[in-house]
Amino acid sequence: MKSLEELKKLREESIKNLEMRNTEKNIRVVVGMATCGIAAGARPVLNTLVEEVAMRNLNDVQVAQTGCIGMCTLEPIVEIYEPDKEKVTYINVNSDKAKRIVAEHIVNGNIVREFTIGASDN
Amino acid sequence: MAIYRSHVLVCGGTGCTSSKSVLIKERFEEKIKEINLDKEIQVVLTGCFGLCEQGPIVIVYPEGTFYSKMSLDRVDEIVSEHLNKGRIVKKYVYHETDEDTEKVKALADIDFYKKQKRVALRNCGVINPENINEYIARDGYLALGKVLTEMTPEEVIKLVKDSGLKGRGGAGFSTGMKWSFAAPNKADQKYVICNADEGDPGAFMDRSVLEGDPHAVLEAMAISGYAIGATKGFIYVRAEYPIAVHRLEIAIEQAKDLGLLGKNLFGSDFDFDVEIRLGAGAFVCGEETALMQSIEGYRGMSRNKPPFPAVKGLWGKPTIINNVETLANVPQIIINGPEWFKSFGTEKSPGTKVFALGGKINNTGLVEVPMGTTLREVIYDIGGGCPNGRAFKAVQTGGPSGGCLVKDHLDTEIDYDNLTALGSMMGSGGMIVMDEDNCMVDIARFFLDFTVDESCGKCTPCREGTKRMLEILDKISEGKGTMEDLDRLENLAQTIKDTALCGLGQTAPNPVLSTIRYFKDEYLAHIVDKTCPAGVCKKLLKYNITADCKGCTKCARICPVGAITGKVKELHVIDQNKCIKCGACMDACSFHAIIRK
Repeated sequence: MKSLEELKKLREESIKNLEMRNTEKNIRVVVGMATCGIAAGARPVLNTLVEEVAMRNLNDVQVAQTGCIGMCTLEPIVEIYEPDKEKVTYINVNSDKAKRIVAEHIVNGNIVREFTIGASDN
Repeated sequence: MAIYRSHVLVCGGTGCTSSKSVLIKERFEEKIKEINLDKEIQVVLTGCFGLCEQGPIVIVYPEGTFYSKMSLDRVDEIVSEHLNKGRIVKKYVYHETDEDTEKVKALADIDFYKKQKRVALRNCGVINPENINEYIARDGYLALGKVLTEMTPEEVIKLVKDSGLKGRGGAGFSTGMKWSFAAPNKADQKYVICNADEGDPGAFMDRSVLEGDPHAVLEAMAISGYAIGATKGFIYVRAEYPIAVHRLEIAIEQAKDLGLLGKNLFGSDFDFDVEIRLGAGAFVCGEETALMQSIEGYRGMSRNKPPFPAVKGLWGKPTIINNVETLANVPQIIINGPEWFKSFGTEKSPGTKVFALGGKINNTGLVEVPMGTTLREVIYDIGGGCPNGRAFKAVQTGGPSGGCLVKDHLDTEIDYDNLTALGSMMGSGGMIVMDEDNCMVDIARFFLDFTVDESCGKCTPCREGTKRMLEILDKISEGKGTMEDLDRLENLAQTIKDTALCGLGQTAPNPVLSTIRYFKDEYLAHIVDKTCPAGVCKKLLKYNITADCKGCTKCARICPVGAITGKVKELHVIDQNKCIKCGACMDACSFHAIIRK
């Protein structure tokens, strides 16, 4: 170790892995991962979300899995919980949609209406 | 670096390891691999979570789910349900986190953790102690970097002094002052020593820090080395802490590989190296002069002070000796500043203190609270009180050097001065809780028996004096004591306190003095009434069979010495001359017809 900068660089690299163990986060992204979700392809969606959140250093976002949400035909389902806002439910999500949800909804704060459960009703 | 979507943290402290947590970790890895999730889920062995009573403990992130009392077959279910399908297995979750059916309670909100403030233990149970990167991610070695690139040794000493940090090993001497005594002494070589010879019965604070966060201790040693001008450090740790030793070895190796120990640290001209020295587990080697003797290869015996180690220490060179927990606070103080440290605790005793809760308490384990927290908060709010509804009687702090505190003291704020004023001491942080079933004469006897064994034998007051005290206590517990014995005991205790060579002898009479002070009635019961009110001292016990006896003969058959006689369906009798007071009959009786008095 030759300088403080070198240490700080190593710290930045190492910190990403530890972010997972911080439970005090405001935004929760939840993926339905019951048998129905897994069969519909929820696993790559979950992993994409985890990677995107880590890549963009979104330290306030927790990506977690949950059991069956109850609408198996609409899986993979992703729900986003933000404080003081209504829950947003995305349906039929795939990896590409997941990337857009992270970029548009979580980073820029614009709900991707076309992927939401509300859009499918209309 | 690979990103995992979930982390499974398994406690790898000595407590959970003894209940097979290492096998649990392996089972997790095996099962996770079976369903091809090993690239997505990371399994990590960490340091102690503190709630040892509920071990083995497993925490699953990102949710922070707290699984307690884990076993191998539970692993399979958690892997297939929680890790694979996202359904938390509620029946295995620590009961308190599960009371609210809607949401699993966050770890920080449960009673055991709510009142705690983790400074020395901040990384225990959070990081993998065998991975230096995880320590670095938690600001590790930042304090060392800051000190070496931005501060002079004098500034470091001043900062530590300003923080008011006191030695956590027992005596509570100002750490900054200690460093300032060694700094100006000129010598071709100086040393820093980490005292990890934790010997109090029931204490495991230092062990847990070393097991859970070994790098914090190494970093602090390097900082103290820079402050006093020492380039060499020794960690004196007992060989009976194999996990701590193993993790320290790994930590030293990793720090050397990254150039965080060795030559020209952070591009400065400061070199620092650490070596481990194993002790054989003698209590006296926790005393600093004996400890240095032991490192030098001699038999561990204490010597007179002065000269103090800061002047003439290891191999006659200026040396400072700091306790593990003291050191674990140092990097945090450097990074956050003395004012931050003083924001916890009391004015005279800033910061936090780690306690090892043991004895008759529900939540056996490791807790860290701000100084000034009351005993009641530690024993009841965090520790959960005495098990089986028994009444609290006393708590022993400071181990064999300390004393007991009783019911009336429960609202005392814990700090160095308050505990000393009550005739006990802070000590290193062991807290042994006793309930109404404990006999205080027996407790005093237990601790004294320990010090008699552990006395190094160099000075007469300690070698002979404690032995004589023990003989008197034995006499009292056998019902042969007299009132003169009690006076003699107190007299002898005072003489030993005044004349013994080192801390071991000077404090050895404390448990006796404090139990006499607070529980004189129990001593009198043993001496005058020849009874042991708690029913512990065997020689004073009497087992009798009451009229409830149905004559089933079970007790007579179970008695190992054939002391019970009686015919079937008739009242049985115990021959007091034959009875060895083992209590087997009482345990065997189905009719509660045998009583102990």
